[in-house]
This record gives sequence, C-alpha cells and structure tokens, in this order.
Amino acid sequence: MNKNKTGKEKLISTGMVLLFSIIALVALFPVIALVVASFSPASDLMRFGLTAELFLSSWNTENFVALFGGEGGAYWQWYINSLIISAFLIVLSLFFSSMVGYALALYEFKGKRFIFILVLLILMIPFEILMLPLFTMMISLGLVDSYFAVMLPLIVAPIAVFFFRQYCLGLPKELMESGRVDGCTEFGIFARIMAPLMLPSFAAMAILQGLTSWNNFLWPLLVLRSNDMFTLPVGLATLLTPYGNNYQILFSGSVMAIIPIIILFLFFQRFFIAGLTSGGVKG
Amino acid sequence: MEKTIEVNSPKKRRSRLLYSKKIAPYLFVSPFIISFLFLSLYPFISAFNMSFQRVLPGQTQYIGTANFERVFNPTFYTAVQNTTVYVIWTVIILTLVPMIFAVILNHRLMKWTNFFRASIFIPALTSVIVAGTIFRMIFGDSDSAFANQVLQLVGLEPKEWRYSAGTAMFLMVTLASWRWMGVNVLYYLAALQNVSQDLYEAADIDGANAWQKFRNVTFPAIKPIFIFLSTITTINGFRMFEESFVFFETSSPGNIGLTVVGYIYQEGIQRNDMGFGAAIGIVLLAIIFVVSVIQLYLTGAFKKDDE
Repeated sequence: MNKNKTGKEKLISTGMVLLFSIIALVALFPVIALVVASFSPASDLMRFGLTAELFLSSWNTENFVALFGGEGGAYWQWYINSLIISAFLIVLSLFFSSMVGYALALYEFKGKRFIFILVLLILMIPFEILMLPLFTMMISLGLVDSYFAVMLPLIVAPIAVFFFRQYCLGLPKELMESGRVDGCTEFGIFARIMAPLMLPSFAAMAILQGLTSWNNFLWPLLVLRSNDMFTLPVGLATLLTPYGNNYQILFSGSVMAIIPIIILFLFFQRFFIAGLTSGGVKG
Repeated sequence: MEKTIEVNSPKKRRSRLLYSKKIAPYLFVSPFIISFLFLSLYPFISAFNMSFQRVLPGQTQYIGTANFERVFNPTFYTAVQNTTVYVIWTVIILTLVPMIFAVILNHRLMKWTNFFRASIFIPALTSVIVAGTIFRMIFGDSDSAFANQVLQLVGLEPKEWRYSAGTAMFLMVTLASWRWMGVNVLYYLAALQNVSQDLYEAADIDGANAWQKFRNVTFPAIKPIFIFLSTITTINGFRMFEESFVFFETSSPGNIGLTVVGYIYQEGIQRNDMGFGAAIGIVLLAIIFVVSVIQLYLTGAFKKDDE
C-alpha cells in the first residue's frame, strides 16, 4: 500500500502530521514551560509571568539548590505524605474494590443486581454534595488532620469496582469450579487462581487510584490542617499566593511533583491509558 | 432461602464460611456495603438533614427552609451563571474537538499515531494546582508575559487575564480543556477501533463523500462515547472547584471565578455555615439531576433502539 501512494495521499498525510505536530506542541508546551521556568529566578516569574527574556536567558539552578539544599521547608514532608497516602490507598482500594467487582461479576447471589445499581448510583453522585457531612463526621471521629481521613472516601472506589466487575465478566468461570474441586476456600480461589488473571486490571486501577490520590485537592484541603500533614497539591497551593516568600520551592517543587509521574507514564503507557479511560468500559 | 444445616463447633462454622459458595459473595461485597452505608448513604441523608439546620457546635437546631430561602441570592446566581457558562464551553470543546482529533489520528494515512497520542495524554497526568501554576505564568498580567506577547505580536492589546470575567472564564476553560483533551481523544479512538475499514470501502463504492461517511459510518460507532463524554463533562463541570481555586483561591474580583462548589466551600467551610453550605449542595444536586436527564433525553439515550 505504501509503495503506490498517490501524490494526493502524500499531501493529506503530511498535512495531518503537520497539524498534529502543532497540537502536540501546544499540549506539551505548558509542561516544557514549567521545566524551563523552574530554571529561572522565581520572584521574577511571579512578578512578570513567563517572559521571553526569562525563557532565553539567566538559566540557573538556584530553585533546585534551594529545594534540595534544605530550604524546602515542609516540601519533602508533603512529598512523603503524598507518597504514603497514595501507596496505602492503592493497596487498600485495589484489594477491596477488586473483591467487590469480582463477586459482582462471577457469583450468583440475592441482591447482586441491587448492589450493582448502587455502585452505578454512587458513581453519579458528586462527592462535593457529601463532603460537608463527611467533614463533620471526620471532626466527630477525631480524624481531622490524619492520613486516614484523606484516604477514607477513596478506599472503595465505585469506578474501580465497576472496572473490576467488567474485567471479571471476561474471566473463565470454570477455573473457580476446578479450584473448588481442589479444595480451595472461596477466598483462596479469588486470591490464588483468579486474581493473577486480573493483573492487567490491577495495573490500570493502581494507576487510576494512585494518580487520583496524588492529584487530589479539595478533600485533603478540608481535612488537613497542619502544614506538616499537607499533601503535595495542598502544600504547593499554599505557596501560590501573592504574599508568598518561597516561590523557588513552588517551581522546582512543581517540577518534582509531575516529572516522576511522566516518567512512569513513558514506561507503563498502556496501563495509564487503560486506567484513565476506565469510565468508558462497556456496561 | 432457608438455612437448615446444623452448625456444631466454631471450627466447623468457620470452615463452612470459608467454603460456602453462598456466603462468600456477601463477604466479598461487604466492604462496599459498609462503605456505601457510612460514606455515601449516611452523608447523603445527613446533607439533606443539615440543609434544614443551623449547624453550630453543641447547639444544632432546625430552622425549616430558611437556608433554602437564603440560597437564591445574587452571589449564588453569579456562581450558577459562571458554572453554567463553564459547563457549556467545556462540553462543546471536550466532546467535539477530541472527536475530530480522534478521527484524524485514526485515519489510515496518519503517521506517528502513538507519539501524538502520548503527547496529548501527558497533560492529564498533571494536578490542577501544578498545571494552574504554570498557566498563571504563561497568562501573566504583565505586558511581557508569554500570552500577552503573543497577543501583541498579532496586533492585539495585552490583557490582565485574571481580572475580567471573559478572560477569567477563558483561563478556566482552557486549563480544563488542556488537561482532558487527550483522555477524551483516547475514548473516541477506542470506539473507532470497532469500525471496520470495509464499511468505508463499501461507502466509497456507493460514492459517499467524506461528510456522508462520517455521518453514516463513523458517528454511529462513536455515538455512545459522545453521549458518555457529554454527560461526564457536564457533571464534572458542575463540580468544578480546583480550576477556579488555582487562579483565584477563594475570592475573585466581582466573583468572576466563583463556582457553585466554590460557594459551598466559602459558606460551609470558611464561614462555618454548614447548614447553608449543605443547602447549596442540595440545590446543586437538583441542577445536575435535571440537566443530566434533559441531556440524556436530547441525546436519545432513553430510546430503546436507534433508528
């Protein structure tokens, strides 16, 4: 097919590639700009915005020197908080959500349809409606300013339950029966026989949940009070004020918040894409 | 369903639990049930309850519909208006543009598809806070900031982006569109995989033009995704908070960046008027519900079979 391309087809092809090169450039520009900006004097950036002069001249590493040289303030604590919360959330939510999705797909039991409808219903209710009562609940349980409070609403994520259910519908039920014949417990069948078959869905959901947690903002903003407990987005947001005095950390810290994710993406693209487009799995 | 099996010892009972095909699914779904009861149902009922209360530490009292009577005030209307405009723009941009992008990326003459796909997906990995920070620098207020320089280059006046209603909306819509474009393109691309090239060839033989091919072959295949994305984008638009927060924090000049959820945050958290905040939330829920139903009706999702 390639060999006998007509002149017209070549023109169309070149035109489309050219168009998408521009689109890709627009998409990547803010990320590139952030990296470039992080090598510019931070106070000038805040005052003048990203200017051509800053882009072209006065590259220096002082923002990163400040970040790594002990002037980061609580930044690294925020980083650790975000890492801990995301790691725990990935483990907990994958465990619980996969179990629920698995049961909804592969067992027959009374109330199954009803529970599945509830999952879909919660998927539709905006979290923001529930956040004030949840917040008062956290206060009365004394959980304000704890990792647990940040994680709680995301642990059994309806989107993950839904995704696991759809995935499990495609698994061979016969394997469960042969597990029973071999004397496995029902949980053993799930953990030892079926879960290994669900690995791609675990990867996709680990990324979805990890990213959701890493970038989560409104709920942590409500339940976290002390600077030392902040997650990265909440912490970085406190630096983004007109009265700030730590802009160096804002820029170098922002770079450090997204570059590891982008590197992970380059290695695990397939799972990132499956995770972030999980809402569209056929019902 | 009646249980007639005798259970004698705890050990036997335990093993029966572990091996029972009947009980296991209930154990498996129990985390969801617990989470549903305590983290969804209870707060949901509680939100309704709170909306009829004045919530003060130690002395919460019912005040009838007073909160709801206060909701419909000029600030709330501003918030609803901003949010609605934001929803309309993001729905138009984030359903139609990615559709065009996906059709082009899926074209048989397209090259480097994987590279382009990855490039436009990367913005989805950033947090709104980080992305918003760099957007504020690009759209800085000074004449020499990047966006203003571009404007001057094409002979337009530089703008103070964060200080007038039109440009403030532009910033928020642009930030959201930039972040979600790639994800939505991928949704469409996945749907386009289901269209066989044979159909296009058949259409070619019938002498169909590009528009007819899109309308009769491509669009039917991606219509479910179109409906899905317009519904999701609408709901997410009404929930918007962060895109405004990162540009204006919690107060903007003349409330040009105020959204409904921003208003809930202001009243419920900052002013500690939880009952009032909850009432705004209930009204928001009603708005989302009505809009979603209308939308699903218009897009024909309620029709049993299409044409």
